[in-house]
Parts: sequence; structure tokens; C-alpha cells
Amino acid sequence: MYTFSNKLKIGSFILMAVGFLGIAIGFISMPSTVEEAKAIVASHDDGHGAHATETHAATGGHGADAHGGEHDASHDEHVLHQLRNKPWAALYVGAFFFFMISLGVLAFYAIQRAAQAGWSPLLFRVMEGITAYLVPGGIIVFVILVMSVLHMNHLFVWMDPEVVAHDELIQGKSGYLNPTFFLIRAAIFLGGWIFYRQYSRKLSLQQDEANDNANFKLNFRWSAGFLVFYLVSESMMSWDWIMSLDPHWFSTLFGWYVFASMFVSGITVIAMVTIYLKSKGLLPDVNDSHIHDLAKFMFGISIFWTYLWFSQFMLIWYSNIPEEVTYYITRIEDFKLPFFGMIAMNFLFPVLLLINSDYKRINWFVVLGGIVILLGHYLDIFNMVMPATVGDQWSIGIPEIGAVLFFAGLFIFFVFRALATVPLQPKRNPFIEESRHFHY
Amino acid sequence: MASKTIHAYYNDDDVLMHAVKKVKAAKHHIEEVYCPFPVHGLDKAMGLAPTRLAITSFLYGCVGLTVAVTMMNFIMIEDWPQDIGGKPSFSFLENMPAFVPIMFELTVFFAAHLMVITFYLRSRLWPFKEAENPDKRTTDDHFLMEIEVHGDEKELTELLMDTGAVEINVMENNNSH
Repeated sequence: MYTFSNKLKIGSFILMAVGFLGIAIGFISMPSTVEEAKAIVASHDDGHGAHATETHAATGGHGADAHGGEHDASHDEHVLHQLRNKPWAALYVGAFFFFMISLGVLAFYAIQRAAQAGWSPLLFRVMEGITAYLVPGGIIVFVILVMSVLHMNHLFVWMDPEVVAHDELIQGKSGYLNPTFFLIRAAIFLGGWIFYRQYSRKLSLQQDEANDNANFKLNFRWSAGFLVFYLVSESMMSWDWIMSLDPHWFSTLFGWYVFASMFVSGITVIAMVTIYLKSKGLLPDVNDSHIHDLAKFMFGISIFWTYLWFSQFMLIWYSNIPEEVTYYITRIEDFKLPFFGMIAMNFLFPVLLLINSDYKRINWFVVLGGIVILLGHYLDIFNMVMPATVGDQWSIGIPEIGAVLFFAGLFIFFVFRALATVPLQPKRNPFIEESRHFHY
Repeated sequence: MASKTIHAYYNDDDVLMHAVKKVKAAKHHIEEVYCPFPVHGLDKAMGLAPTRLAITSFLYGCVGLTVAVTMMNFIMIEDWPQDIGGKPSFSFLENMPAFVPIMFELTVFFAAHLMVITFYLRSRLWPFKEAENPDKRTTDDHFLMEIEVHGDEKELTELLMDTGAVEINVMENNNSH
């Protein structure tokens, strides 16, 4: 039985407090007039401003009319919107990133159940603990989406009726991209995921007290069913919550790409929490073969993510169709370091570090790889959200780091609180003996 | 130098594993063990050094990557940088995404094939090679442990009988190897 250590609890509260402060500073320093926005841009550096005008004119405006005599005025207006989006986008990236981790863990958990894996039942309680964040994290993401629909921010440009009135492309998509349907879909996705999480957790705990395997079998069926629902809902979620930030752009493998990102982050967090609990002596039956297996998944799914990233990038780069390629042009021009830096962090580093079978059994190697993978996938979400919301006004400053710290604290609090409620090792799982003696 | 070799037969892999451990504990050197299928953990029990085949494969992969990069850079960028469908052939980096499929495949090709060939060379396998099987039954359902006799032959035979051997043959070597 794990008890939520006071140190960790206080640590998570400090993270939340510091993060909250950072988020608040972001919102307070948000400009409310064009003059303030100009002052902020000017104070950063002059060359940057000139560069921004240039690329803005080159890429041809995001719904704004960037030509003629109104050019300067509309440009300033545009920058103001971007700067006003900054704290919101920072909040959204942080909220989505940590939510996505617990959703990725839920998918991994369901796969382990549906595949009747023999090695992982020892880790089921750890996974269930991490997915405990799904409920608060999902609600926060949903609230941010509701705030967007209520026009409290300008993250989703298609939610602005004035923009839609002048944009035939978005008008053509309004059958799908309209605020009501958007929220209904989000509620269905979140409802389905949270329902499976809570119900599967309940069955998993009941199995420990039962005399037969009825709960286990029922859980198996629900897990298989959930995976079907998850595959469809996750793909649509990625169109809704991420891809619709750029409503003029579309990509068919985008759902898979977001999935790979959440899956590898989720597995990484499972490995890190497991290593943490084991270092406290709380998972005596978990051996280095379990860590080795998790590290193999981290390694393999990192490559899978890279494969999808490259497939999406290369197909669009190769054919160079203007309506698709703007997505990458804005990223390569304005986000060069995060865009290519994440390839190094999400591909090169884990591949070279975790290719060695012996290294995959060494805890600090796995943790080191895990930290880089998590930072890399934060950057991945950052690169998906920021170009559409703040454009070249991006930075990783107080609001962004504040949001990460706040949600990290929240994540740690809910995950370890859930871990502390039940014994860390399932008692009556039919595969628990196999898992205890798992050796690779 | 005429020496003797003992062939001990077993008909179960579990028994074989225990026998190997016992013989190792009694400090006898096991020349070879012949099995009809891979016995999990036998290499560890025999104390064999781990294979370095994976390391060679990694290095071969690096060679393959180098070949691909050098080849594409020379052909497409240096030798004849044509404009093919507007692709930017000014530098390798600018046109790199188009080369990645080739770079990937050649890396895999070199890593896989050269590793397999290394395996054949190191384990001396080739067509028309004369089979080195001491007994036909080891390809079907018998396990055979081969030990060279250095000291007391009787003691060793008894030890092997104790480990559950179903048959023990003492062979005279005529300096054949």
C-alpha cells in the first residue's frame, strides 16, 4: 500500500502555486489595445518585427485582409490578436499535454487487457493511477473549449462568426465545425473515455475481491469495445481540438500522429512512475524485465511517431500543394528550432539511447530518455497549437512554463492520490503469477 | 594423442538443463551440446559469452546509411544537379526528405544482410557443408552432451548417469580434430 508522501504532496502544491502565478502573469500582461501590443513587440526587438511583417505578407494573411492602404492597421490588429491568444494557447497546450498523457495510458491499459498480456498486470494499478487524471484533466480541457465557444478567447478562428462570414472555406466546413456540434462531440468523447476508465477500474478492483473471473472477462470485453470507440473518437478529437486550429488545412493521418504522440508520452510516464514507486520499495515484484519492456515500447513508439511525422511532412513537402504546404512553411520559418529540435528529442535521442538492450534495464537511462521524450512531445503539441494561435509571436516564457508547472502539479497530485487509495498489486488477476515471474 | 570423449544422451530439456548445471558445478568442461530445438537459458547455464551479432548489425547499418548519403549526394547534388519537377537540388539538406526512403532502406538492407552473412561465417554454415552431427537422433528428440575425458573416466560416467542420462557412449578420438 502506497501512502502519498508529504514531500510529494507539498511539491505538487508548490508546482501548482508557482504555475498558477505564471499563468496569472501571462493573463495580466496580455495587451488589451493595439498600442500596448505594439509596445510589446517593439520592446522585444525591432528586427523581429520587420521579419514578422515580411513573412505575414508572404504567407498572405489568416483571414485578415493584408493588402492595400489598410495594411499597417490590419497588421497591428493581427498582432494584437496573437498576443492576446498567447496566455490562452499556453494554457491550452499545457492542459492538453497532461490530459493526453493520461489518455495515452488509458489506451495502453486497454490494449494490455484486450491482448491479455502476461507481463503487465503488475503495472495495472500504476496505469489506473495515472488515468485518474483523465477526469480532472478532461474537465479542464472541456472548460477551455467551452470558453472558446463563449468567445472568451480567439484560439479557434472558425468560432468567430465575423471570420466565418468572410471565409467561404470555413463556411463550407460549418456543417462539422460549428460550436454546438463541437461541444457535443467533445462531451461524447470525454464521456466515453471517462466512463471506460471508471468502469474498468471498478471491475479491476472487484476482481481482487471476487471468487471467480467474471469481472476479469467483462473487463476484457469492455476493453476491446473501448479500443474501437477510442480509435474513432481519438481521431475525431484530433481534428476537433488540434487540427481545427488551422481550419484551412487538413491532413488524413493527423489522428494517428496525435495518437502516437500521446501513446509514447503515456508509456514514458508509466515507466517513470513505476521506477519512482519501485525506488521507494513499493513494487517488489517489478523487475528490470518489466522496465525493459516499457523501455522497448518507448523506443518503438518513438520510431512510430517519427515515421508518422515524416510521412506527413514528406508527402506535403514533396507535392508542395500551396493549400497544404502553408502549414509547414509557417512552422519552418517561424518555429525552426522547436520544429526541428523536437525531431532530435523525439527520435535521435531515444533511438540512440534505448537501442541497447542493457541500457533499457538501467533506471536512470530510462528516466533520462523519458524526460527528453516528454519535453519533446510537449514541443510537439506546442508546434501543433502555437503557429495557428500566436504565429511568430511565440516564445517559451512565463505563461508557457507556468502552465506546464501548474498542470504537472495537478497531474502529480491526482495520480499519486489515486495510487494511494488501493494496494499497488492486483491480487486475483489470472495473469498475475505470470507477470510476477516475467523475465526477458 | 588419443583421448576419449563421452556422449551423454538426454530425452528432456529440463533434465538436460539440470545436467549441464551439475556438470559445470563438478568443474568438467562441456565441449558441445546438441539439441533439436533452442533450449531457453542453455547458453547461460553453459556460461557462453553473449553474442555480439547485434553490435555488428548496428555498425553495418551505419555503413549502409553512409553509402546512401554519399551516393545520393554525389548523384543528385554534385554530379548532375538537374531541376527535376522543381525539387531543390542546390544542397543535400534542401532535398533530403526525398532521399530519406532510400537512406532508410539501405540502412536496413546493409544491417540485415551483412549481419546474416556474419552469422553464417561465424557459425560456419554454407551449402555443401558436411553436417557435424554426432547422432541423427539429436535432430529429432534427443539431447546430447559432449564431454572430453581428462581424469577419471568412471567417475565422470557415474556423474552423468546421476544426472538422468538415458545413454552414455564413450568414444575413442583418433586425433581427428
